[in-house]
Amino acid sequence: MSFLVPLPVVMPLFGAALTLMMAGRPRAQRTVSLTVLTATVLVSCALLWISTTDGPLVVAVGGWSAPLGIVLIADQLAALMLVVSSAVTLCVLVYSIGQGMADGHEETPLSVYHPTYLILTAGVTNAFLAGDLFNLYVGFEILLVASYVLLTIGGTENRIRAGSTYVVVSLLSSVIFLTAIGLIYAATGTLNLAQLVERLDALPDGLRLILQGMLLLAFGIKAAVFPLSSWLPDSYPTAPAPVTAVFAGLLTKVGVYAIIRTETLLFPGGRAAAVLLVLGLLTMVIGILGAVAQSDIKRLLSFTLVSHIGYLLFGVGLATQLGLASAIFYVVHHITIQTTLFLAAGLIEKRGGSTALDKLGGLAKLSPVLAVLFLVPALNLAGIPPFSGFIGKLGLVQAGVADGGVLAWLLVGGGILTSLLTLYAVARVWNLAFWRTPPASVPPASDSLLPRLMVAPTMALVVFGIALTVVAGPLFEVSDGAASSLTERAYYVRAVFGGGAP
Amino acid sequence: MTPNLVYVVVIGVLFAAGVSMVLERSLTRVLMGMILLGNGVNLLILLGGNAGAPPIVGASDAEMADPLPQIMILTAIVITLGMTAFLLALAYRSWAMSGHDEVQDDVEDQRIMRLAERDEGSGTDDTDHHEAAR
Repeated sequence: MSFLVPLPVVMPLFGAALTLMMAGRPRAQRTVSLTVLTATVLVSCALLWISTTDGPLVVAVGGWSAPLGIVLIADQLAALMLVVSSAVTLCVLVYSIGQGMADGHEETPLSVYHPTYLILTAGVTNAFLAGDLFNLYVGFEILLVASYVLLTIGGTENRIRAGSTYVVVSLLSSVIFLTAIGLIYAATGTLNLAQLVERLDALPDGLRLILQGMLLLAFGIKAAVFPLSSWLPDSYPTAPAPVTAVFAGLLTKVGVYAIIRTETLLFPGGRAAAVLLVLGLLTMVIGILGAVAQSDIKRLLSFTLVSHIGYLLFGVGLATQLGLASAIFYVVHHITIQTTLFLAAGLIEKRGGSTALDKLGGLAKLSPVLAVLFLVPALNLAGIPPFSGFIGKLGLVQAGVADGGVLAWLLVGGGILTSLLTLYAVARVWNLAFWRTPPASVPPASDSLLPRLMVAPTMALVVFGIALTVVAGPLFEVSDGAASSLTERAYYVRAVFGGGAP
Repeated sequence: MTPNLVYVVVIGVLFAAGVSMVLERSLTRVLMGMILLGNGVNLLILLGGNAGAPPIVGASDAEMADPLPQIMILTAIVITLGMTAFLLALAYRSWAMSGHDEVQDDVEDQRIMRLAERDEGSGTDDTDHHEAAR
């Protein structure tokens, strides 16, 4: 069944070429994009099923075997990320079709959106499947280039301003990543992850620490970890709602995935654990304090996005089985919820004409459906008990308590504080945008109904978010399995090379 | 293999010049800095592989050069080329829209900072009270 592994990368790329050729025929473009992404979801589900039951699937691209050629690896972690990310991209695509931005809204060139969106998907899936540092870099570049185009789509003044910051910061992180790759190759003579395991262990400690630090720096920028995060709330909110939603769900999580992969596989032993934990604490607390100060829903959500990256670092920094499993569970939860909230923010903008809190009000009465679509994921984000946010946070807190160190306890405290402040931030949005008497700027009832194609995917994601609670048991088992194969590095090496590394 | 000192110095100069250019405000200069940085990294990768005869089997009896860094550089050059084109387009668009290509500050951020200095919360938490009082 290993022929399935390259499909999540190949199909979107192929679809991108097709949709590019169909420029000017929006119906055909939509059909192709929807078909390709639906197929990607199905293949990803199959990969998750196979990698859970039979172990990781490995493909040597072009028939060149492992140390010489590049490999694509679908282990449980990669497959789980694939399933969630492709499901989210599919929902956002439907939403964007509903919004009409894909069918020639006056400010967006219709022919570019679909191909770019599919290329973005290919970049994300390639980064998840990469079994080779350079291939990971290429995956990052593919998704970043696509994201530059999507962020500046239409070329309005505001988007160009935000886009320049975003592009320069991303380019800088890519340069740092590439430098790290050059140094690692010079030191070890390979970039294959499985082969690096042994060769990096043989390096002097100081050198290893420098290489680890450089990779962490590069991925930290992409994942928006605290001191490197200020580009995110500046650039994301200017993009169209579906674009912001897919960026918020996926791009930073690819950075987090790269951190998880390299920290567990290449640099275990927790030498950077203290740094990761301190950064996690700062990201959580400072990010959420930023969110509390905002007066625009999209910006507020961008700050909560930064803040909750801190929880993921918390789990990775603990480096225990439970910590990693909870972090993986939390990634799944966070991709879903953050995307849902940005889609809901897009609906609020559609209904209320703005996302600025002082221009909104009374939406709960004007549009009860919208109120539910916002409230459920918002409570989920804040970690209110039956929802998956609570389960993920509970796992992290348990892992922190089990660790018992001073830093771990500080993070437990910080995590709970952040959770409360998140609740405060989303409750503020609720009070201001959904209660109160509506100001004159909000169009009265039945003036502009929400398009059904925008509501349906948002609803699907809300239901998916609730379903995460229902299937929390099996999902946590999968995360736990992924975490245990991460902590046991020999498992990964065996999957690639059969026996020992050459 | 011992690294060639000239290479090392050139890489250092490219990186230093690149970093100082990236810190400028004008997008064109930032772009120049990015190109310098990119070339510095390419040289660095080249330095990581063995030098030697052309990597073609049977072309020479001497030890082959490591072809892998060269392939990686080729990929990196293509990516840098595409990015340069995109950044140039951004800079041009910025110039066409606003008459300059300087990277500007975050407008919304400054607004919130001003509000904070006057000790007013952002948003309008207390409008309800006003309305109740009316």
